[in-house]
This record gives sequence, C-alpha cells and structure tokens, in this order.
Amino acid sequence: MSMKATIRQVDSVTVVDVSGRITLGEGCTQLRELIRDQLSKGNKNLLLNLGDVTYIDSSGIGELVSAYTGVSKQGGALKLLNLTKKVHDLLQITKLYTVFDVHDDEAGAIASFSKPASA
Amino acid sequence: MIPETSVVEVTLESDLKNVEVAEEITRRVAGTAGFDEDEQTRIEMAVHESMINAIWHGNKNDSSKSVWLQFTIHRDRLEIHIRDQGVGFDPKRIPDPLESDNLLNVSGRGIFLIRAFMDEFKVESLNGAGTEVTMVKRFSSGIQSKQGGTDREHESHNTTS
Repeated sequence: MSMKATIRQVDSVTVVDVSGRITLGEGCTQLRELIRDQLSKGNKNLLLNLGDVTYIDSSGIGELVSAYTGVSKQGGALKLLNLTKKVHDLLQITKLYTVFDVHDDEAGAIASFSKPASA
Repeated sequence: MIPETSVVEVTLESDLKNVEVAEEITRRVAGTAGFDEDEQTRIEMAVHESMINAIWHGNKNDSSKSVWLQFTIHRDRLEIHIRDQGVGFDPKRIPDPLESDNLLNVSGRGIFLIRAFMDEFKVESLNGAGTEVTMVKRFSSGIQSKQGGTDREHESHNTTS
C-alpha cells in the first residue's frame, strides 16, 4: 500500500492525514510534493497526522526532516500528530523525537500553533 | 542426530517494488525462526534498508540487475546475506547521523538503523561480483530456533558491528 494523504483546514492549521507507507520512491515523492504544494499556497502551519502510517523507512524519516526544515525556513511550523509505536521508536533511535514537536491530541496540537514557540 | 540448518534463498529483480516482497519473506522466516513480533519488525526493517541500498545505491535502480538474498536459521541465530551487483561502499565513511551537525541531514540513516536493529553487520566487496551485506540476529536467551540448526560457517565470518 503506497502513501495516501487527505488535507483539511482547521482554523489556521492545515492538517494532513497520512496513511500507508512513507518509503523511498512513491511515498517520499508524494510527501515532498504535498509539502511543496501547501507552502506554495501559503499554508505554513502544517500538522502531519501519522496515525495510519503503516511503515516508514530511513528515507521517509529524511523526508520528514526535509519537510520540517523547509517549512521552518518559510517561517512556518510543521508538527507531528499520533505517532505509531514504530514511528515513535524510529524518531527516538535517531534522536529526532526532540527535534519535532509531537502531539497525541489534535485539539492540543491545533492550539499549540497559536502559542509562541518556547525559547 | 545432527540438526539441519534451514536455508531460504531467493533472487529478485532489482526493482523497488520487490522491497515489499523481501519484507514479506523476512517476516515469515523470522517468525518461523521464533522471533517475536517486535524482533520480526526490526529484522524486516534491516532487510528493507539493505534492499534499498542494494537496489538504489548498488544496482543504481537498474531492473536488468538482480538482488540475491539468503536467510539461514542456525541454532542460535538468523543470518541474512544480501548481494547486489554494485561496486560497494565503506560504511565507515558514512557520517554518524546522531552527531548534532548531522541530525537534520536528509539522508544517511539506513546503515545506522541496520546496526541498531541487528547484532552483527558487515559489508564485503566481491571483486567485480558485487557487494554482499551480512546481518546476524541472535536469539535472546531462553529463545531457541524452532528449526534447530548448526553453527557451520559462522567462524569464517569476520563481522564488524
């Protein structure tokens, strides 16, 4: 199963519900194009809901990092929601868990975009 | 009675679509060997990353080439060999992805994950015959292979971890 994504707007936040595989090839390419497309539309507050991601590999993690740095450079914020155990473990092992702003509650995640980032 | 080593061998066309085929075979072999769900997932991910390296970096995504896999269930471990037709690489030259300067690098985590998930890992260039990766996952104490197996050949591997 390749990656699928649906996009919805909640207040000023663009929520992307991602499912399937974020792996080298189609999954990574789709995610990259999706982020680029949202940035080109001026949507700079992005919340990636990864609750239905069944598989992510090192390239998929790299794509998340690329999305994070790309959105940050545009003055926006990219946050993660509903990590599966697999994704959580991979972010822990790669020391990226503390880099990303990770949430397990959508309402809280949405609200966090309106708060100033902590120093 | 000398228990037999169980061996599964497969040659796949060097195409990214076959990464999922390799994952499925890996999960079945690891399950047969007696690894639990979490360990099966880790072994599967190590094979996934090795397959990506073989197809993408080794064989340069050339589908006329192939990737050979061999799984051997020994009494004390599962040993996996993956061979491509590329020129090889030196894993020591891959930057540590945990270094603060590398933390936000987009690539360079595949080998790191393989090392994290497996007990042993080595890369060998085969003098024009491709590159072979060897990965070993030992059974934790109290778990022994459902298949039995012998220790033959293991001593000849000069494993780097």
